[in-house]
Amino acid sequence: MRSVLAIAQYEIQIGVRNRWVVLASVILFVFALLLVLLGSAPSGATKADGLSVVVASLSTLTVYLVPLIALLLSYDAIAGEIDRGTLQLTLACPVSRGEVLLGKFLGHLVVLAIAILIGYGVAGAIGFYFGENTDTTGLVDLGRLIATSIALGGTFIAIGYVASASVRQTGTAAALAVAIWLFAVVLYDLALLGALLVNPEGAFAKTIFPYLLLANPADAFRLFNLTTLDAGVPTGLAAGSSGLPISTHLAILSPFIWMIAGLAVSSLILRRVQP
Amino acid sequence: MKMILDTSGVSKNFKSVEALRDVSISIAPGERVALLGHNGAGKTTLLRIVLGFLRMDEGTVEINGHAPGSAAARRLVSYLPESVAFPKMLTGREIVSYYAKLKGVAKDEVMPTLEKVDLVDAADRRCGTYSKGMRQRLGLAQALVGQPQLLLLDEPTTGLDPVSRQRFYTLLSDIADKGTAVLLSSHGLSELEAKTDRVAILRDGRLVADAPLPELQLAAKLPIRIRIQSTTEDVEQVHNRFGGKRINGAAVEFVCAQPEKMERLSAISELGGAVTDVDVSSPSLDEVYRYFSLRDEQKGADK
Repeated sequence: MRSVLAIAQYEIQIGVRNRWVVLASVILFVFALLLVLLGSAPSGATKADGLSVVVASLSTLTVYLVPLIALLLSYDAIAGEIDRGTLQLTLACPVSRGEVLLGKFLGHLVVLAIAILIGYGVAGAIGFYFGENTDTTGLVDLGRLIATSIALGGTFIAIGYVASASVRQTGTAAALAVAIWLFAVVLYDLALLGALLVNPEGAFAKTIFPYLLLANPADAFRLFNLTTLDAGVPTGLAAGSSGLPISTHLAILSPFIWMIAGLAVSSLILRRVQP
Repeated sequence: MKMILDTSGVSKNFKSVEALRDVSISIAPGERVALLGHNGAGKTTLLRIVLGFLRMDEGTVEINGHAPGSAAARRLVSYLPESVAFPKMLTGREIVSYYAKLKGVAKDEVMPTLEKVDLVDAADRRCGTYSKGMRQRLGLAQALVGQPQLLLLDEPTTGLDPVSRQRFYTLLSDIADKGTAVLLSSHGLSELEAKTDRVAILRDGRLVADAPLPELQLAAKLPIRIRIQSTTEDVEQVHNRFGGKRINGAAVEFVCAQPEKMERLSAISELGGAVTDVDVSSPSLDEVYRYFSLRDEQKGADK
Protein backbone atom coordinates (compact mmCIF):
# COMPACT_ATOMS: atom_id res chain seq x y z
CA MET A 1 0.00 0.00 0.00
CA ARG A 2 2.91 2.33 0.81
CA SER A 3 4.26 1.80 -2.71
CA VAL A 4 0.83 2.42 -4.25
CA LEU A 5 0.61 5.77 -2.49
CA ALA A 6 4.20 6.65 -3.41
CA ILE A 7 3.50 5.98 -7.10
CA ALA A 8 0.19 7.90 -6.94
CA GLN A 9 1.91 10.86 -5.31
CA TYR A 10 4.66 10.79 -7.97
CA GLU A 11 2.08 10.84 -10.78
CA ILE A 12 0.25 13.77 -9.18
CA GLN A 13 3.55 15.60 -8.77
CA ILE A 14 4.32 15.07 -12.45
CA GLY A 15 0.78 16.10 -13.45
CA VAL A 16 0.98 19.32 -11.47
CA ARG A 17 4.56 20.14 -12.50
CA ASN A 18 4.14 19.63 -16.24
CA ARG A 19 1.01 21.82 -16.15
CA TRP A 20 -1.31 18.97 -17.08
CA VAL A 21 -3.67 19.85 -14.24
CA VAL A 22 -3.76 23.53 -15.18
CA LEU A 23 -4.24 22.83 -18.88
CA ALA A 24 -7.05 20.31 -18.37
CA SER A 25 -8.78 22.59 -15.85
CA VAL A 26 -8.64 25.55 -18.23
CA ILE A 27 -10.00 23.52 -21.17
CA LEU A 28 -12.88 22.16 -19.10
CA PHE A 29 -13.57 25.58 -17.60
CA VAL A 30 -13.64 27.40 -20.94
CA PHE A 31 -16.05 24.92 -22.53
CA ALA A 32 -18.19 24.72 -19.42
CA LEU A 33 -18.35 28.52 -19.17
CA LEU A 34 -19.49 28.73 -22.79
CA LEU A 35 -22.32 26.35 -22.00
CA VAL A 36 -23.20 28.30 -18.85
CA LEU A 37 -23.47 31.52 -20.83
CA LEU A 38 -25.42 29.92 -23.67
CA GLY A 39 -27.50 27.75 -21.37
CA SER A 40 -28.84 30.59 -19.29
CA ALA A 41 -30.64 32.11 -22.29
CA PRO A 42 -33.43 29.58 -22.83
CA SER A 43 -33.89 28.71 -19.17
CA GLY A 44 -36.36 31.52 -18.74
CA ALA A 45 -38.89 29.72 -20.94
CA THR A 46 -38.99 26.57 -18.82
CA LYS A 47 -39.76 26.08 -15.20
CA ALA A 48 -36.56 24.14 -14.73
CA ASP A 49 -33.74 25.21 -12.47
CA GLY A 50 -31.32 27.37 -14.43
CA LEU A 51 -28.28 25.43 -13.31
CA SER A 52 -29.92 22.08 -14.06
CA VAL A 53 -30.33 23.15 -17.67
CA VAL A 54 -26.62 23.93 -17.78
CA VAL A 55 -25.84 20.55 -16.20
CA ALA A 56 -27.75 18.84 -19.01
CA SER A 57 -25.50 20.43 -21.63
CA LEU A 58 -22.43 19.85 -19.49
CA SER A 59 -23.08 16.11 -19.40
CA THR A 60 -22.95 16.03 -23.19
CA LEU A 61 -19.72 18.02 -23.05
CA THR A 62 -18.31 15.49 -20.56
CA VAL A 63 -19.01 12.62 -22.92
CA TYR A 64 -16.68 14.14 -25.50
CA LEU A 65 -14.06 15.93 -23.43
CA VAL A 66 -13.47 13.83 -20.32
CA PRO A 67 -12.70 10.53 -22.11
CA LEU A 68 -10.29 12.43 -24.36
CA ILE A 69 -8.45 14.02 -21.44
CA ALA A 70 -8.42 10.69 -19.59
CA LEU A 71 -6.96 8.83 -22.56
CA LEU A 72 -4.34 11.54 -23.12
CA LEU A 73 -3.38 11.17 -19.47
CA SER A 74 -3.08 7.39 -19.52
CA TYR A 75 -1.83 6.27 -22.95
CA ASP A 76 1.76 7.06 -21.99
CA ALA A 77 1.65 5.32 -18.59
CA ILE A 78 3.32 2.05 -19.55
CA ALA A 79 4.54 2.36 -23.16
CA GLY A 80 6.15 5.71 -22.32
CA GLU A 81 7.91 4.35 -19.27
CA ILE A 82 9.24 1.44 -21.33
CA ASP A 83 10.43 3.97 -23.93
CA ARG A 84 12.23 6.10 -21.37
CA GLY A 85 13.65 3.17 -19.41
CA THR A 86 12.02 4.17 -16.13
CA LEU A 87 9.74 1.12 -15.93
CA GLN A 88 12.88 -0.99 -15.47
CA LEU A 89 13.87 1.15 -12.50
CA THR A 90 10.46 0.90 -10.91
CA LEU A 91 10.22 -2.85 -11.43
CA ALA A 92 13.75 -3.38 -10.10
CA CYS A 93 12.37 -2.10 -6.79
CA PRO A 94 10.40 -4.44 -4.54
CA VAL A 95 6.94 -3.49 -5.86
CA SER A 96 4.46 -5.72 -7.66
CA ARG A 97 3.17 -4.85 -11.10
CA GLY A 98 -0.37 -4.66 -9.75
CA GLU A 99 0.76 -2.05 -7.26
CA VAL A 100 2.42 -0.04 -10.05
CA LEU A 101 -0.81 -0.01 -12.05
CA LEU A 102 -3.02 0.81 -9.09
CA GLY A 103 -0.68 3.61 -7.98
CA LYS A 104 -0.71 5.15 -11.43
CA PHE A 105 -4.49 4.84 -11.61
CA LEU A 106 -5.01 6.63 -8.30
CA GLY A 107 -2.55 9.35 -9.30
CA HIS A 108 -4.11 9.94 -12.70
CA LEU A 109 -7.60 9.84 -11.23
CA VAL A 110 -6.68 12.56 -8.73
CA VAL A 111 -5.15 14.70 -11.50
CA LEU A 112 -8.33 14.38 -13.56
CA ALA A 113 -10.58 14.92 -10.53
CA ILE A 114 -8.81 18.17 -9.68
CA ALA A 115 -9.24 19.39 -13.26
CA ILE A 116 -12.95 18.49 -13.36
CA LEU A 117 -13.59 19.99 -9.92
CA ILE A 118 -11.92 23.25 -10.87
CA GLY A 119 -13.26 23.45 -14.44
CA TYR A 120 -16.89 22.51 -13.75
CA GLY A 121 -16.89 23.85 -10.20
CA VAL A 122 -15.88 27.38 -11.12
CA ALA A 123 -18.08 27.50 -14.24
CA GLY A 124 -21.00 26.08 -12.21
CA ALA A 125 -20.48 28.62 -9.45
CA ILE A 126 -20.58 31.42 -12.02
CA GLY A 127 -23.80 29.98 -13.44
CA PHE A 128 -25.29 29.70 -9.96
CA TYR A 129 -24.60 33.27 -8.89
CA PHE A 130 -25.32 35.03 -12.15
CA GLY A 131 -28.01 32.79 -13.58
CA GLU A 132 -31.74 33.26 -13.08
CA ASN A 133 -34.01 30.88 -11.28
CA THR A 134 -31.23 28.94 -9.59
CA ASP A 135 -31.77 26.78 -6.57
CA THR A 136 -30.04 24.12 -4.53
CA THR A 137 -31.45 21.40 -6.83
CA GLY A 138 -29.13 22.79 -9.47
CA LEU A 139 -26.18 22.45 -7.12
CA VAL A 140 -27.08 18.85 -6.37
CA ASP A 141 -27.30 18.17 -10.11
CA LEU A 142 -23.91 19.81 -10.62
CA GLY A 143 -22.37 17.73 -7.81
CA ARG A 144 -23.76 14.54 -9.32
CA LEU A 145 -22.39 15.52 -12.70
CA ILE A 146 -18.90 16.21 -11.30
CA ALA A 147 -18.83 12.91 -9.40
CA THR A 148 -19.99 10.83 -12.35
CA SER A 149 -17.66 12.72 -14.72
CA ILE A 150 -14.72 11.71 -12.52
CA ALA A 151 -15.98 8.11 -12.64
CA LEU A 152 -16.25 8.25 -16.44
CA GLY A 153 -12.73 9.67 -16.54
CA GLY A 154 -11.52 6.76 -14.41
CA THR A 155 -13.09 4.36 -16.87
CA PHE A 156 -11.20 5.80 -19.79
CA ILE A 157 -7.97 6.04 -17.80
CA ALA A 158 -8.25 2.29 -17.21
CA ILE A 159 -9.04 1.66 -20.89
CA GLY A 160 -6.04 3.82 -21.83
CA TYR A 161 -3.80 1.54 -19.75
CA VAL A 162 -4.91 -1.43 -21.83
CA ALA A 163 -3.74 0.43 -24.95
CA SER A 164 -0.52 1.52 -23.23
CA ALA A 165 0.37 -1.96 -21.97
CA SER A 166 -0.38 -3.62 -25.30
CA VAL A 167 2.32 -1.83 -27.30
CA ARG A 168 5.93 -0.85 -26.69
CA GLN A 169 6.01 2.52 -28.52
CA THR A 170 4.43 5.67 -27.14
CA GLY A 171 3.40 6.75 -30.63
CA THR A 172 1.47 3.56 -31.25
CA ALA A 173 -0.19 3.85 -27.86
CA ALA A 174 -1.25 7.42 -28.69
CA ALA A 175 -2.76 6.34 -31.99
CA LEU A 176 -4.58 3.54 -30.23
CA ALA A 177 -5.94 5.96 -27.61
CA VAL A 178 -7.27 8.33 -30.27
CA ALA A 179 -8.88 5.40 -32.09
CA ILE A 180 -10.57 4.27 -28.87
CA TRP A 181 -11.93 7.77 -28.27
CA LEU A 182 -13.18 8.13 -31.84
CA PHE A 183 -14.93 4.79 -31.69
CA ALA A 184 -16.43 5.08 -28.20
CA VAL A 185 -17.79 8.62 -28.34
CA VAL A 186 -18.27 9.41 -32.04
CA LEU A 187 -18.57 6.39 -34.33
CA TYR A 188 -20.53 4.24 -31.88
CA ASP A 189 -23.28 6.83 -31.52
CA LEU A 190 -23.37 7.50 -35.26
CA ALA A 191 -23.77 3.79 -35.95
CA LEU A 192 -26.59 3.48 -33.41
CA LEU A 193 -28.31 6.54 -34.82
CA GLY A 194 -27.99 5.19 -38.34
CA ALA A 195 -29.49 1.86 -37.36
CA LEU A 196 -32.38 3.61 -35.60
CA LEU A 197 -33.12 5.78 -38.62
CA VAL A 198 -33.24 2.79 -40.93
CA ASN A 199 -35.89 1.08 -38.85
CA PRO A 200 -37.33 3.21 -36.03
CA GLU A 201 -40.01 0.70 -35.01
CA GLY A 202 -38.24 -2.59 -35.63
CA ALA A 203 -36.83 -5.21 -33.32
CA PHE A 204 -33.46 -3.46 -33.18
CA ALA A 205 -34.88 -0.26 -31.74
CA LYS A 206 -36.97 -2.09 -29.19
CA THR A 207 -34.72 -4.88 -27.95
CA ILE A 208 -31.05 -4.50 -28.92
CA PHE A 209 -30.69 -0.72 -28.88
CA PRO A 210 -31.15 -0.19 -25.12
CA TYR A 211 -28.53 -2.83 -24.37
CA LEU A 212 -26.08 -1.27 -26.81
CA LEU A 213 -26.65 2.08 -25.14
CA LEU A 214 -25.78 0.57 -21.78
CA ALA A 215 -22.75 -1.29 -23.17
CA ASN A 216 -20.97 1.95 -24.01
CA PRO A 217 -19.80 3.62 -20.77
CA ALA A 218 -20.06 7.10 -22.28
CA ASP A 219 -23.65 6.57 -23.46
CA ALA A 220 -24.58 4.99 -20.15
CA PHE A 221 -23.13 8.01 -18.37
CA ARG A 222 -25.20 10.40 -20.46
CA LEU A 223 -28.30 8.28 -20.02
CA PHE A 224 -27.89 8.29 -16.26
CA ASN A 225 -27.33 12.01 -15.95
CA LEU A 226 -30.05 13.09 -18.38
CA THR A 227 -32.75 10.76 -17.09
CA THR A 228 -31.97 11.76 -13.51
CA LEU A 229 -32.42 15.39 -14.56
CA ASP A 230 -35.48 14.58 -16.63
CA ALA A 231 -37.86 15.18 -13.76
CA GLY A 232 -37.39 18.92 -14.19
CA VAL A 233 -35.59 19.40 -17.48
CA PRO A 234 -37.08 18.03 -20.67
CA THR A 235 -34.15 16.42 -22.47
CA GLY A 236 -36.12 13.96 -24.55
CA LEU A 237 -33.97 11.05 -23.51
CA ALA A 238 -36.41 9.57 -21.03
CA ALA A 239 -38.69 8.57 -23.87
CA GLY A 240 -35.91 6.80 -25.71
CA SER A 241 -34.90 4.81 -22.68
CA SER A 242 -38.31 3.35 -22.00
CA GLY A 243 -37.28 0.00 -23.45
CA LEU A 244 -34.43 -0.36 -20.98
CA PRO A 245 -34.23 -3.67 -19.16
CA ILE A 246 -33.15 -1.98 -15.91
CA SER A 247 -33.80 1.24 -14.10
CA THR A 248 -31.89 4.12 -15.67
CA HIS A 249 -30.32 4.83 -12.28
CA LEU A 250 -28.39 1.58 -12.64
CA ALA A 251 -26.94 2.77 -15.96
CA ILE A 252 -24.14 4.40 -13.99
CA LEU A 253 -22.86 0.89 -13.20
CA SER A 254 -21.71 0.54 -16.81
CA PRO A 255 -18.70 2.89 -16.49
CA PHE A 256 -17.69 1.22 -13.24
CA ILE A 257 -17.84 -2.25 -14.79
CA TRP A 258 -15.70 -1.02 -17.67
CA MET A 259 -13.29 0.59 -15.22
CA ILE A 260 -12.79 -2.65 -13.30
CA ALA A 261 -12.51 -4.64 -16.53
CA GLY A 262 -9.95 -2.19 -17.92
CA LEU A 263 -7.81 -2.38 -14.80
CA ALA A 264 -8.02 -6.19 -14.73
CA VAL A 265 -7.11 -6.59 -18.40
CA SER A 266 -4.26 -4.08 -18.28
CA SER A 267 -2.78 -5.69 -15.16
CA LEU A 268 -2.91 -9.08 -16.89
CA ILE A 269 -1.10 -7.65 -19.91
CA LEU A 270 1.39 -5.79 -17.72
CA ARG A 271 2.29 -9.08 -16.04
CA ARG A 272 3.69 -10.33 -19.36
CA VAL A 273 5.47 -7.12 -20.30
CA GLN A 274 9.26 -7.33 -20.38
CA PRO A 275 10.39 -3.87 -19.31
CA MET B 1 32.73 -17.19 1.08
CA LYS B 2 29.05 -16.61 0.46
CA MET B 3 28.48 -15.22 -3.01
CA ILE B 4 26.01 -12.37 -3.51
CA LEU B 5 25.42 -13.40 -7.12
CA ASP B 6 25.72 -16.92 -8.39
CA THR B 7 24.79 -17.89 -11.93
CA SER B 8 25.52 -21.28 -13.36
CA GLY B 9 24.95 -22.68 -16.82
CA VAL B 10 22.64 -19.84 -17.90
CA SER B 11 21.39 -20.14 -21.47
CA LYS B 12 18.89 -17.97 -23.30
CA ASN B 13 17.62 -18.03 -26.85
CA PHE B 14 15.64 -15.36 -28.65
CA LYS B 15 13.88 -17.35 -31.36
CA SER B 16 16.79 -18.68 -33.42
CA VAL B 17 19.40 -16.35 -31.92
CA GLU B 18 21.52 -17.74 -29.13
CA ALA B 19 21.85 -14.81 -26.72
CA LEU B 20 23.59 -16.61 -23.85
CA ARG B 21 25.17 -20.03 -23.72
CA ASP B 22 26.17 -21.78 -20.51
CA VAL B 23 27.27 -18.65 -18.63
CA SER B 24 28.52 -19.26 -15.09
CA ILE B 25 29.77 -16.34 -13.06
CA SER B 26 29.89 -15.60 -9.34
CA ILE B 27 30.42 -12.35 -7.51
CA ALA B 28 31.46 -11.99 -3.88
CA PRO B 29 30.35 -9.08 -1.66
CA GLY B 30 32.49 -6.01 -2.24
CA GLU B 31 33.83 -7.27 -5.54
CA ARG B 32 33.87 -5.12 -8.68
CA VAL B 33 33.42 -7.12 -11.85
CA ALA B 34 33.40 -5.74 -15.36
CA LEU B 35 31.33 -7.50 -17.97
CA LEU B 36 32.74 -6.82 -21.41
CA GLY B 37 31.60 -7.62 -24.91
CA HIS B 38 30.52 -6.16 -28.23
CA ASN B 39 27.03 -4.89 -28.83
CA GLY B 40 24.85 -7.98 -28.89
CA ALA B 41 27.31 -10.17 -27.00
CA GLY B 42 24.69 -10.78 -24.30
CA LYS B 43 25.68 -8.33 -21.56
CA THR B 44 22.30 -6.66 -21.16
CA THR B 45 20.50 -10.01 -21.52
CA LEU B 46 22.49 -11.39 -18.59
CA LEU B 47 21.70 -8.33 -16.44
CA ARG B 48 18.00 -8.56 -17.31
CA ILE B 49 17.95 -12.22 -16.33
CA VAL B 50 19.57 -11.40 -12.98
CA LEU B 51 16.89 -8.73 -12.46
CA GLY B 52 14.13 -11.22 -13.22
CA PHE B 53 12.86 -9.26 -16.26
CA LEU B 54 13.69 -12.17 -18.58
CA ARG B 55 13.36 -15.88 -17.98
CA MET B 56 16.37 -18.01 -18.80
CA ASP B 57 15.91 -21.20 -20.80
CA GLU B 58 18.42 -23.19 -18.77
CA GLY B 59 20.61 -22.74 -15.71
CA THR B 60 20.18 -21.22 -12.27
CA VAL B 61 20.61 -17.72 -10.89
CA GLU B 62 20.67 -16.92 -7.19
CA ILE B 63 20.97 -13.55 -5.52
CA ASN B 64 22.16 -14.35 -2.03
CA GLY B 65 20.13 -17.55 -2.30
CA HIS B 66 16.97 -15.87 -3.65
CA ALA B 67 15.38 -16.35 -7.05
CA PRO B 68 15.83 -13.41 -9.50
CA GLY B 69 12.85 -11.07 -9.49
CA SER B 70 11.58 -12.24 -6.09
CA ALA B 71 10.81 -9.50 -3.57
CA ALA B 72 13.75 -10.66 -1.41
CA ALA B 73 16.15 -10.48 -4.36
CA ARG B 74 14.83 -7.09 -5.47
CA ARG B 75 15.51 -5.71 -2.01
CA LEU B 76 19.20 -6.57 -2.49
CA VAL B 77 19.67 -5.49 -6.09
CA SER B 78 19.74 -2.05 -7.69
CA TYR B 79 19.90 -1.35 -11.38
CA LEU B 80 20.97 1.44 -13.67
CA PRO B 81 19.98 0.81 -17.31
CA GLU B 82 22.01 2.03 -20.23
CA SER B 83 19.64 4.85 -21.04
CA VAL B 84 17.03 6.28 -18.74
CA ALA B 85 15.13 9.55 -18.99
CA PHE B 86 13.68 10.84 -15.75
CA PRO B 87 10.67 13.20 -15.80
CA LYS B 88 12.27 16.50 -16.85
CA MET B 89 10.09 18.68 -14.66
CA LEU B 90 10.97 16.97 -11.38
CA THR B 91 14.01 17.83 -9.29
CA GLY B 92 16.83 15.43 -8.46
CA ARG B 93 15.68 15.30 -4.85
CA GLU B 94 12.10 14.42 -5.82
CA ILE B 95 13.25 11.61 -8.09
CA VAL B 96 15.58 10.03 -5.55
CA SER B 97 12.88 10.40 -2.85
CA TYR B 98 10.47 8.49 -5.06
CA TYR B 99 12.81 5.53 -5.52
CA ALA B 100 13.69 5.64 -1.82
CA LYS B 101 9.99 5.25 -1.02
CA LEU B 102 9.61 2.36 -3.45
CA LYS B 103 12.56 0.64 -1.79
CA GLY B 104 11.15 1.32 1.65
CA VAL B 105 14.09 3.51 2.63
CA ALA B 106 13.84 6.29 5.20
CA LYS B 107 13.51 9.82 3.81
CA ASP B 108 16.63 11.09 5.57
CA GLU B 109 18.80 8.86 3.38
CA VAL B 110 17.98 10.89 0.28
CA MET B 111 20.29 13.86 0.85
CA PRO B 112 23.32 11.78 1.94
CA THR B 113 22.90 9.74 -1.25
CA LEU B 114 22.78 12.89 -3.38
CA GLU B 115 25.87 14.06 -1.52
CA LYS B 116 27.69 10.85 -2.46
CA VAL B 117 27.16 11.56 -6.15
CA ASP B 118 27.92 15.24 -5.72
CA LEU B 119 24.47 16.53 -6.62
CA VAL B 120 23.61 18.43 -3.45
CA ASP B 121 23.86 21.83 -5.11
CA ALA B 122 21.62 20.70 -7.96
CA ALA B 123 19.20 18.73 -5.75
CA ASP B 124 16.39 21.26 -6.11
CA ARG B 125 16.89 21.98 -9.78
CA ARG B 126 14.75 20.30 -12.41
CA CYS B 127 16.66 17.38 -13.86
CA GLY B 128 15.82 18.58 -17.38
CA THR B 129 18.56 21.17 -16.82
CA TYR B 130 21.19 18.58 -15.84
CA SER B 131 24.23 17.78 -17.98
CA LYS B 132 24.81 14.26 -19.23
CA GLY B 133 27.28 13.52 -16.43
CA MET B 134 24.85 14.84 -13.82
CA ARG B 135 22.00 12.74 -15.23
CA GLN B 136 24.21 9.68 -15.04
CA ARG B 137 25.05 10.48 -11.41
CA LEU B 138 21.36 10.99 -10.66
CA GLY B 139 20.76 7.51 -12.10
CA LEU B 140 23.48 6.19 -9.85
CA ALA B 141 21.96 7.97 -6.83
CA GLN B 142 18.66 6.28 -7.56
CA ALA B 143 20.47 2.93 -7.57
CA LEU B 144 22.52 3.68 -4.46
CA VAL B 145 19.70 4.76 -2.18
CA GLY B 146 18.94 2.04 0.34
CA GLN B 147 22.43 0.54 0.31
CA PRO B 148 21.94 -2.34 -2.13
CA GLN B 149 24.11 -5.43 -1.82
CA LEU B 150 24.46 -5.86 -5.57
CA LEU B 151 24.68 -3.00 -8.04
CA LEU B 152 24.02 -3.77 -11.71
CA LEU B 153 25.18 -1.02 -14.05
CA ASP B 154 24.63 -1.27 -17.79
CA GLU B 155 27.32 0.71 -19.62
CA PRO B 156 27.38 3.45 -17.00
CA THR B 157 30.31 5.38 -18.46
CA THR B 158 29.31 5.46 -22.13
CA GLY B 159 29.33 9.05 -23.31
CA LEU B 160 30.98 10.48 -20.21
CA ASP B 161 34.03 12.70 -20.54
CA PRO B 162 37.31 11.37 -19.04
CA VAL B 163 37.06 13.47 -15.89
CA SER B 164 33.47 12.39 -15.16
CA ARG B 165 34.45 8.80 -15.86
CA GLN B 166 37.32 8.97 -13.42
CA ARG B 167 35.03 10.37 -10.73
CA PHE B 168 32.52 7.66 -11.49
CA TYR B 169 35.06 4.92 -10.85
CA THR B 170 36.34 6.57 -7.68
CA LEU B 171 32.76 6.58 -6.44
CA LEU B 172 32.33 2.91 -7.34
CA SER B 173 35.47 2.03 -5.40
CA ASP B 174 34.09 3.76 -2.30
CA ILE B 175 30.83 1.87 -2.66
CA ALA B 176 32.57 -1.48 -3.13
CA ASP B 177 34.79 -0.81 -0.11
CA LYS B 178 31.63 -0.71 2.00
CA GLY B 179 30.72 -4.24 0.85
CA THR B 180 28.45 -3.66 -2.16
CA ALA B 181 29.22 -5.93 -5.09
CA VAL B 182 29.28 -4.14 -8.45
CA LEU B 183 28.67 -5.75 -11.82
CA LEU B 184 29.08 -3.25 -14.62
CA SER B 185 29.03 -3.78 -18.35
CA SER B 186 31.19 -1.90 -20.80
CA HIS B 187 32.25 -1.86 -24.42
CA GLY B 188 35.99 -2.10 -23.95
CA LEU B 189 38.76 -2.60 -21.47
CA SER B 190 40.28 0.82 -22.03
CA GLU B 191 37.11 2.46 -20.69
CA LEU B 192 37.47 0.65 -17.39
CA GLU B 193 40.88 2.20 -16.71
CA ALA B 194 41.78 -1.00 -14.85
CA LYS B 195 39.42 -0.01 -12.05
CA THR B 196 37.82 -3.42 -11.47
CA ASP B 197 38.87 -6.51 -9.53
CA ARG B 198 37.87 -8.92 -12.22
CA VAL B 199 37.08 -8.85 -15.92
CA ALA B 200 34.56 -11.17 -17.56
CA ILE B 201 34.32 -11.16 -21.34
CA LEU B 202 31.30 -12.35 -23.31
CA ARG B 203 31.67 -13.30 -26.94
CA ASP B 204 28.51 -14.33 -28.82
CA GLY B 205 26.80 -15.26 -25.57
CA ARG B 206 29.66 -17.35 -24.21
CA LEU B 207 31.90 -16.41 -21.31
CA VAL B 208 35.41 -16.53 -22.79
CA ALA B 209 37.32 -14.96 -19.91
CA ASP B 210 36.75 -14.37 -16.20
CA ALA B 211 39.89 -13.34 -14.31
CA PRO B 212 41.74 -10.35 -12.88
CA LEU B 213 43.19 -8.08 -15.56
CA PRO B 214 46.92 -8.98 -15.04
CA GLU B 215 46.05 -12.66 -15.47
CA LEU B 216 44.24 -11.91 -18.69
CA GLN B 217 47.22 -9.96 -19.96
CA LEU B 218 49.44 -12.96 -19.28
CA ALA B 219 46.99 -15.47 -20.69
CA ALA B 220 46.65 -13.52 -23.92
CA LYS B 221 50.40 -14.11 -24.57
CA LEU B 222 50.50 -11.01 -26.70
CA PRO B 223 53.98 -10.03 -27.84
CA ILE B 224 55.83 -7.10 -26.34
CA ARG B 225 57.13 -4.42 -28.66
CA ILE B 226 60.68 -3.18 -28.07
CA ARG B 227 62.14 -0.20 -29.89
CA ILE B 228 65.84 0.59 -29.71
CA GLN B 229 67.07 4.06 -30.51
CA SER B 230 70.60 3.79 -31.88
CA THR B 231 73.02 5.95 -33.89
CA THR B 232 73.36 5.94 -37.66
CA GLU B 233 76.77 4.22 -37.38
CA ASP B 234 75.66 1.42 -35.04
CA VAL B 235 72.12 0.77 -36.27
CA GLU B 236 73.28 -1.92 -38.71
CA GLN B 237 74.94 -3.87 -35.88
CA VAL B 238 71.82 -3.62 -33.69
CA HIS B 239 69.60 -4.74 -36.54
CA ASN B 240 71.80 -7.79 -37.18
CA ARG B 241 71.73 -8.69 -33.52
CA PHE B 242 67.93 -8.50 -32.93
CA GLY B 243 66.28 -8.58 -36.34
CA GLY B 244 62.92 -6.81 -36.64
CA LYS B 245 62.59 -3.76 -38.82
CA ARG B 246 64.52 -0.53 -39.13
CA ILE B 247 62.73 2.74 -38.59
CA ASN B 248 63.91 6.27 -39.50
CA GLY B 249 67.46 5.15 -40.20
CA ALA B 250 68.54 5.09 -36.56
CA ALA B 251 65.96 2.92 -34.77
CA VAL B 252 65.10 -0.77 -34.70
CA GLU B 253 61.78 -2.25 -33.60
CA PHE B 254 61.06 -5.90 -32.88
CA VAL B 255 58.57 -8.01 -30.89
CA CYS B 256 59.29 -10.65 -28.30
CA ALA B 257 57.19 -12.94 -26.12
CA GLN B 258 56.65 -12.02 -22.47
CA PRO B 259 59.04 -14.70 -21.00
CA GLU B 260 61.91 -13.53 -23.22
CA LYS B 261 61.61 -9.92 -22.23
CA MET B 262 64.31 -9.76 -19.53
CA GLU B 263 66.77 -11.78 -21.62
CA ARG B 264 66.37 -9.35 -24.51
CA LEU B 265 66.69 -6.32 -22.28
CA SER B 266 69.99 -7.54 -20.81
CA ALA B 267 71.24 -8.26 -24.33
CA ILE B 268 70.38 -4.68 -25.22
CA SER B 269 72.25 -3.27 -22.24
CA GLU B 270 75.33 -5.30 -23.28
CA LEU B 271 75.48 -3.22 -26.47
CA GLY B 272 76.54 -0.25 -24.37
CA GLY B 273 77.08 2.97 -26.31
CA ALA B 274 75.42 1.66 -29.49
CA VAL B 275 72.04 2.11 -27.76
CA THR B 276 70.86 5.59 -26.82
CA ASP B 277 67.32 4.75 -25.68
CA VAL B 278 64.94 1.79 -25.25
CA ASP B 279 61.18 1.84 -25.40
CA VAL B 280 59.25 -1.21 -24.16
CA SER B 281 55.52 -1.29 -24.80
CA SER B 282 53.29 -3.95 -23.27
CA PRO B 283 50.13 -4.87 -25.15
CA SER B 284 47.44 -2.23 -24.59
CA LEU B 285 44.20 -3.03 -22.83
CA ASP B 286 42.41 -2.74 -26.14
CA GLU B 287 44.70 -5.34 -27.69
CA VAL B 288 44.05 -7.72 -24.80
CA TYR B 289 40.32 -7.16 -25.17
CA ARG B 290 40.47 -7.75 -28.92
CA TYR B 291 42.33 -10.97 -28.34
CA PHE B 292 39.48 -12.37 -26.25
CA SER B 293 36.49 -10.78 -27.86
CA LEU B 294 37.20 -11.48 -31.52
CA ARG B 295 36.39 -14.82 -33.01
CA ASP B 296 39.35 -16.94 -34.09
CA GLU B 297 38.68 -16.45 -37.80
CA GLN B 298 38.41 -12.68 -37.31
CA LYS B 299 41.74 -12.72 -35.51
CA GLY B 300 43.28 -14.46 -38.51
CA ALA B 301 41.81 -11.87 -40.87
CA ASP B 302 43.16 -9.04 -38.73
CA LYS B 303 46.81 -10.02 -39.13
